Amino acid sequence: MTEKTEGMLSPYRVLDLTDEKGLICGKILGDMGADVIKIEKPGGDATRNTGPFYHDDPDPEKSLFWFALNTSKRGITLNIETAEGQEIFKSLAKTADFVIESFPPGYLDKLGLGYSDLEKINPRVILVSITPFGQTGPYKDWKTSDIVAWALGGDMAPYGDPDRPPLRISHHSQAYLHAGSDGAMGALTALYQRWSTGEGQQVDVSIQEAAVHSSIHHNPTWNSERPPGKRGEGMPGAGHDSIRLWPCKDGYVSWSHGGASRLGPSRPLIRWMDSEGWADDFLREYDWERPDFTRIPQDEMDRLEEPTARFFMSHTKAELLEGAVKYEVMLYPVATTADMLENPQLVNRGFWVDVEHPELDDTITYPGAFAGLTELPLRISRRAPLIGEHNQEIYEQELDIAKEKLFILKQDGVI
Amino acid sequence: MAKKLFEGLRIVEVTVYQTGPLTTQAFSNLGAEVIKIETGSQMTGGPGGGAPGVGTANAKATNKLSVSLNFANPKGLEAARRIIATADIFVENLAGHSLIRKGLGYEDLKKIKPDIIMLSTCMQGQTGPYATHGASGHKLSALSGFNHIYGWPDREPAWIAAYTDNIAPPYNVIAILAALDYRRRTGKGQFLDMSQNETGVQFMAPLILDYTANKRVANREGNKYPYAAPHNAYRCEGEDRWCAISVFTEEEWHSFCRVIGDTALAEDARFATLAARKENEEELDRLVNEWTINHSAEEVMTLMQEAGVAAGVVQNAEDQAQRDPQLRHRNFFSEVDRSGGTGTFLSPPGAHFLLSKASCELLPSPNLGEHNDYIFKELAGLTDEEITEMADAGIIE
Repeated sequence: MTEKTEGMLSPYRVLDLTDEKGLICGKILGDMGADVIKIEKPGGDATRNTGPFYHDDPDPEKSLFWFALNTSKRGITLNIETAEGQEIFKSLAKTADFVIESFPPGYLDKLGLGYSDLEKINPRVILVSITPFGQTGPYKDWKTSDIVAWALGGDMAPYGDPDRPPLRISHHSQAYLHAGSDGAMGALTALYQRWSTGEGQQVDVSIQEAAVHSSIHHNPTWNSERPPGKRGEGMPGAGHDSIRLWPCKDGYVSWSHGGASRLGPSRPLIRWMDSEGWADDFLREYDWERPDFTRIPQDEMDRLEEPTARFFMSHTKAELLEGAVKYEVMLYPVATTADMLENPQLVNRGFWVDVEHPELDDTITYPGAFAGLTELPLRISRRAPLIGEHNQEIYEQELDIAKEKLFILKQDGVI
Repeated sequence: MAKKLFEGLRIVEVTVYQTGPLTTQAFSNLGAEVIKIETGSQMTGGPGGGAPGVGTANAKATNKLSVSLNFANPKGLEAARRIIATADIFVENLAGHSLIRKGLGYEDLKKIKPDIIMLSTCMQGQTGPYATHGASGHKLSALSGFNHIYGWPDREPAWIAAYTDNIAPPYNVIAILAALDYRRRTGKGQFLDMSQNETGVQFMAPLILDYTANKRVANREGNKYPYAAPHNAYRCEGEDRWCAISVFTEEEWHSFCRVIGDTALAEDARFATLAARKENEEELDRLVNEWTINHSAEEVMTLMQEAGVAAGVVQNAEDQAQRDPQLRHRNFFSEVDRSGGTGTFLSPPGAHFLLSKASCELLPSPNLGEHNDYIFKELAGLTDEEITEMADAGIIE
């Protein structure tokens, strides 16, 4: 087990009551050095049954999903629906800086553990509440899931093929990750305010709104400056469709001819193609700087794209990434997870970190720090906790609960 | 008047397009003094010259101040440095090393303000073989793995626009807030090297582990999810109207069947368990579509949610701004004055969360150079003569 080393948020303690809707919030704070205690119901959080699993073994101690989002946290089990559990939670809350939760609105209040209760025990505590639609409103008691959050969030509608349903990004929920990082942003914003007021407060994060914030490219339509796009349509007002994702030798690459556009000028690519003998006269002599480039007719765009397509097909993703940097072309390969592990930039920056899992007798490679800090580096200080792994450390050693009492609490299903 | 949350905090930015401006906006909207250094040719806010009063540019500069200054010129650079020396934080999102070449790197600024917090955000970070590479979030989303896992298994990867541009700003803000807290306790500033690829990849973490532990490369799966069926967007009445429905538990499945008026379906061998529903998912989706097509998306959502099944209209931007009752209740959109009193525009809230003891007040984005006088005189300490000279030389616009 790696030692807990100093991080930017080392003075702070977090009590993490979240399920998958908010797990990343505690991870972000923990990777920055905070003392995060993940609190699960006895027997472990239901999220541990979410795959993928280590070697496909569906064991609640082997969920890679759980591992990924609970780094740098210690773990205890506690049933906050029991009177004794609530008392134990309150004694922990006395010295906590943050409590993060993702229960339905009103749930903690019913247990006597809502913000108005917690602030009496500890006026400095900051409660971060992550819910499907926020604490109030006509939808506040509604359920969510990732596909529902994206649907209502607005970022499913513009994309996808017109002959099939609109899409969400596959696999684990992206919306919950946005909400969790919004929670961390809110937590630290409230912490800033606490320096002058001495008080905590409640931070209210709506998962739907986290998804809507991700659709700010809708701004022109919100402001009726542009009608909502038709699904699968290219740039509105363009004279042609242009290819955005091109097949290459071993996959796909993301690129669009932009003429002289600042976000995708074509000339650097033409230079590269030319240096390898792929540019013909037409491409070389083309007036890429023409101001009406976005309105050139389809057959002209096709003429420009045809040799480009053949150029891409002659190269692998790795070669295209290397060349993009060398020739300053604003393209990137459509990377798979395998590609990302080989990315020379990520490797050089030490982005991939190995985390020990002694129970598995193995080390697993994780994505590392989200920021390069010159003072105290961000790091994964430990792997995700096992179920109740730190019960003894926290209950016995810190809260001074006698071993015999702990045994009874366990029998009674409190821990 | 109550003190604004970030009142007294000063941030200077040299930013373009999305990630930079959104990062500092999290502070300006809550009362920090955020100063954009910009010129007519390098206006922050994006294409269209980022002209105030126009579209999305307006939305990313609320509450900010603008100083028009060309720091490519030595006198301009001196003025820029003086301005930044009065700031707590400096944020930039130009391509890697651009500002170092111009004399506004961390090493330069540390000399004049030792405890400055500087954040640079670019595609791939400030160090390493690809550090200077510039691009946009539209392409970076591919490098961070998102295009590959978006779309149908039998088709090409799907387009997702600049998805990573939405992941980076919160991480930038988090890094700045942590650095601020650290500085308050220790007096030390620092440099925050943000790679948009590295923040993007944070949201890929479970799939990274599936590769490193299991050698499995994640692919796109349409709308399927292993733990739910039905789980898809279903076509409803009207043109291109859809409602997402997701059923996770057997209880929800029974409720679902009640809502669609086919309780027998719940016990049908083809669909009675999750495993069975997954096996017959195509047929199941067809059956669900047969019901949803006769209802509006809003009706489907409401009937399902009232029965305890998660469902949601696939909303477009118009639905969000004009029809969504939950967003309306939360005052998600508010009217903000355009600069120069030319009307108002609809803006999302100033922060990604509600605070019980603080609020945002959204003020107009600035016109180019609107605060030159204040910034040149009070912050840079320039005299009227010096300012006139620089204006004549084209250093100030």
